[in-house]
Formats: sequence, C-alpha cells, structure tokens
Amino acid sequence: MTNTEIKSLFGIMAEFKDAASLAEATKRAYAMGYRQMDAYTPYPVEDVIHALGLRRNEIPFIVFLGGCLGAIVGFSMCYYFQVIDYPLVAGGKPLNSWPMYIPITFELTVLFAALSAVFGMLALNGFPSPYHPVFNCPHFERASQDRFFLCIEATDPLFDLEKTKQFLLSLKPVEVCEVAR
Amino acid sequence: MASPSASAHIAQESDPIIAPGHSLGSVTEKISSVVLTKEFRPGWLAGFALCAGLVMVLAISIGWLLIRGVGIWGVNIPVGWGFAIINFVWWIGIGHAGTLISAILLLLNQEWRTSINRFAEAMTIFAVMCAGMFPLLHVGRPWFAYWMLPHPNTYALWQQFRSPLQWDVFAVSTYATVSMLFWYVGLIPDLATLRDRAKNVFAKYIFAFLSLGWRGSSRHWFRYETAYLLLAGLSTPLVVSVHTVVSFDFAVGIIPGWHATIFPPYFVAGAIYSGFAMVLTLAIPIRKFFKMEDLITSRHLDNMAKVMLATGLIVGYGYFMEAFMAWYSGNDYERYLLFKNRMQGPYSPFYWALIFCNVIAIQALWSKKVRRSPVALFILSIIVNIGMWLERFVIVVTSLHADFLPSSWGMYYPTIWDVALYLGTIGFFLMMMFLFVRFVPMISIFEVRMLLEQKKEKEAAS
Repeated sequence: MTNTEIKSLFGIMAEFKDAASLAEATKRAYAMGYRQMDAYTPYPVEDVIHALGLRRNEIPFIVFLGGCLGAIVGFSMCYYFQVIDYPLVAGGKPLNSWPMYIPITFELTVLFAALSAVFGMLALNGFPSPYHPVFNCPHFERASQDRFFLCIEATDPLFDLEKTKQFLLSLKPVEVCEVAR
Repeated sequence: MASPSASAHIAQESDPIIAPGHSLGSVTEKISSVVLTKEFRPGWLAGFALCAGLVMVLAISIGWLLIRGVGIWGVNIPVGWGFAIINFVWWIGIGHAGTLISAILLLLNQEWRTSINRFAEAMTIFAVMCAGMFPLLHVGRPWFAYWMLPHPNTYALWQQFRSPLQWDVFAVSTYATVSMLFWYVGLIPDLATLRDRAKNVFAKYIFAFLSLGWRGSSRHWFRYETAYLLLAGLSTPLVVSVHTVVSFDFAVGIIPGWHATIFPPYFVAGAIYSGFAMVLTLAIPIRKFFKMEDLITSRHLDNMAKVMLATGLIVGYGYFMEAFMAWYSGNDYERYLLFKNRMQGPYSPFYWALIFCNVIAIQALWSKKVRRSPVALFILSIIVNIGMWLERFVIVVTSLHADFLPSSWGMYYPTIWDVALYLGTIGFFLMMMFLFVRFVPMISIFEVRMLLEQKKEKEAAS
C-alpha cells in the first residue's frame, strides 16, 4: 500500500446490527490497543461510551465556571447600578439592600451556566461541522436510525489497512467499509 | 391460577409506555414520517387556517393598540392591571408544565415523560412568547421596551433593581432563553435523523443545516448527555424561581389579598397545574389525529391526570389558606376583601366559578375510569384552563377594584380589544402548535429508541 492511499483514508468502519455487538466489538478493539476510534449510534449507549475509555468530560467544569461568572456579573451589576453609579434610596432601605439583588443574581447564574453548557458542548464536539468523512461510508445514514458503527481511524499508531480490516471482520459485522477522507 | 405477583406483572405489561411490536426502525419511521411528507391533510389545513385567522385578529388588535394607546383597553384607576397581567400570568403558568416534564421528570427518572416532553417543551416556548407580548404591549410604547433592560443612556439612569417587576424582566427572559436552548439541544439528534431520511433535497439541506452535522459519535453523545442533564438540573430551580418572581409582583405589594407569604408556592403549584391541563388539552387531540396512541398511551394520560390532581389539591389548599390567613390576621381590609368582596361582592360569580373548576370538578380525577378516558380528561382539562384564568382574574381585579378607601373604589370591565387580544394570542399559540407538529418531530425519536432498548434489556433480564 502506498503512502497516498493511507493519507486519503480516514479509517475503516464496521457496521453492526445491535448495541450489544457494537459494545462487545468496541471492548475488543480497545483491548487490542486501538485508541483512535469512535462509535456511531442512533442513541447514547452507555456500554459503548465506557468501552471507548471515556470516563469524565469537561462539561461540568465549564458549566461551573459559567455559573460563577453569571453570579458575579449579576450581583456586581446590581451593586454598581444601585450603590455606586445611581444611588437611589427606595422605601428607606440601605443602598446595598443585597437580599433584593439575589433574584437577578440567581437568574443570571442559571442563564450563564445554561449558555456555557450548550455552547461548551457544541464547541468541544466541533459543531457546526459541515463535512465529515464518515458520511462517505454507504449505509451510514442508518447510524441516526437503527444501525451501530465502529470506526478505527487511520491516525491510530496500530492502524494497518489489512490487519485492522481482518480484525474488524473477525468481529462478525454486517459489513466493513473503507472510509475515504 | 396465576400468583398475585404474576398477575401484577401481566397488568403492568398490558399497560405499557410504548405499545408492543415496535423496533428502532419502526419508531423512527412512525415519528419522522409525519414531517417527511409532501401531504397536508385537510384537517390540519382547516385548523391552521382557523388559527391563522385568529392571528389576524391579534395583528389588528395590536395595530389599533399602537395607534390609539392602552386607552382602548378597560384598564383605568383603580384597576390598572387588567387583562394584560391576567393573561401574562396565565400563559407563563401554562409554560411551566413543559419544563417540569422535560427537566424535573428527567431528573426523577420518570421514563414515561419521553413521548410527551418534546411537545410539552414546544408548548412552553409558544406560551412564553404569548406571555411576553402582554407586558410589552402594556408598557404603552413597546418601541421603548428596551428601557427595561440595563443599557448606558444619556439620562444616566439605571433600572430599579429592588423591584420585583425588574426581576420579572430577568426571570422571564432567562426562562425563554433556557427553554429554547433545552428544546433545540434535544432536537439536534432528531434533526440528523430527518436529514438522513429526507428524500427532498431542499428539506435535506435545511435539516442538515439545523442538525449542525450531528453524526451520533459516542464521544459526542458522552458530552451531550452531560450537558443535557445539567440543563435539566438548571431548569428545575429556574422554573420554580420564575413563577415565584411572578408571584412577588403581587406579594411584595401591600394590597389586601396580595400581601401573603403563601403566594410563591401557591403560584408555582397553580402554574404546573394549568400547564398539565394544557398538555392534556393538546395531547389528546394530537394522539388521536396523528394516530400516536401506541406512543402516547393511556398510561401517559393517567399519569398526567395524577399530577394535575396533586397540584390541583395544593392549589385548593392555597385558596383555603388565603381565606384562613385573612380571617386569622384580624386585619379588617384582608377580612373585608376575602369574605365580603371576593365571596359576596360584584365579582363573586367568578370566585365561585373558580372554586368549582379548580377544587370541585377535579375531584373526578380520583376515579381511574375518568383518568383513562380521553374525552372526560379533555373536558376536565378545558375546565381547569378556564379555572386558572378565573383565578388570576379574581386575584388581580378583586384586590384592586376595592382597596383601602371606599371613595376610590371602581369597577373593571374589559373592552372588545381586551378580548380580541386574548383570543389572538390563543390563535397564535395554536397556530405555532400546528406548525410544530407538522414540521418538527413531535416526539423525541432518540429517547424513544433508548426507552425501547431499555425495555428489551429488562425483558431479557427477566
């Protein structure tokens, strides 16, 4: 096999009929030492996620930071407007009547945390992504319906066109296809 | 003879969340085929046309309002808060059931929520849109509505952040934003399914654009699920805070009948109660019309009716405590308002109608037969919707029209424009629902797939 062929290859994809066989296949691939791989499923399958070696992700931390930022923005906004820039006594209350600032602080905490959850998730997942090689595989449209796919990518150090293909075929998939870049 | 536990097991099986015989492919096909068709059914077109007609009424009443000002409404001193606030609170309350179903029931692991959460969330968004119109129009000059948001200005003024009305601006806009995010994030995988199934090139492009290139990668699902769960966790206190802040609009004032600590919990319960009523009002015809009875089963109706009954009883407790505290406080104004004015005054028919709708009528829900009957539930849900509207009417109008000084008492009569604007928002809401059920998968496909798989695993285990 020539170098250009490898370069034009994204990976090798195997198609499975159900979630259990995909989970089993992913476990075996992980045990073989493959790391640069991904599974494609019509709904989140916990076993597959675990089999890929995914344990923790960054989202909770991002959301926590977003929430903290929201709280700081919310409270300091109220404080700056009502105490420093435009001090106005209402109902004989002190200028820094902080309990009255809590509702807005709370709302902005939730708003910032929610925005960071959504945009953090989209950004880390690389969305929007107008093009991705996996769609070159025939039948891949069923990954969003009722089929389960495992793709070992060409960037994996253990990747070898023939050996990897043989390995995937040994997992008894419905079909194996080479994914062009 | 079967043992009791075995017969209980059979009863459970005959009462499933998804009718038997479905596979991953068949649920995908069933839900997405409603969207991916060229056909517009006559019933859909007729309903859509009727609602679009009501939207015309909305446009005319807003247009006339902008030309003539809020003087065309029935509001005046002493009743400065008329239909606008009543309808605002009514609509925003309806929205709350959507968030409850999608967020709180998700956290509580109530798997039956799966086939109703999508359209309950859509209902939330459309209801919040309708709610938002009222305060915007009530300010009189809506083109200055941005004055409610803090922004640098040549008057060097800032808003009064100690006012519940200002809190409301933040609460409602945050609620609208988070609800839309939650809904859209839930839609992304289903939009990808539609993209992959669409035959029409134009439809394919639109769904491809909206699904952002979703490909079902497990690495993506992993982050997606975390983000979705966190959004649910954030929406839960948010939904409680929104109606709490709405109730502060009243409770922070010193007007008799408003100045009560029962208001926040009682408003939140009322919101969920009316919201579930609206979900039933929408779900019952939708499941019939689109033949979704095997996904929205009588078990769903039963569960929703139970939630409605429980929250309705909390609301009933709220009415009782309002009356009790008015009597127990020994305050003349409170006592007069509750016992002389609300219960016997000029608006007393509304009070007793609301007690009938929200306290007496819903007792029928104790019967399993009623909870399983779509027709009975539909009628009850309409009664509850009316009852909750009357509740807001009674709270707003009876407290304002006769307060401390008899010389300043007056009556409130809505005008034709009040009614037209209200009907117009109902038309707008229903029109959006018609568009939604036709152009967006009305049931979350990927979550139904997950549910199917869990069911299969459970069966395999037993």
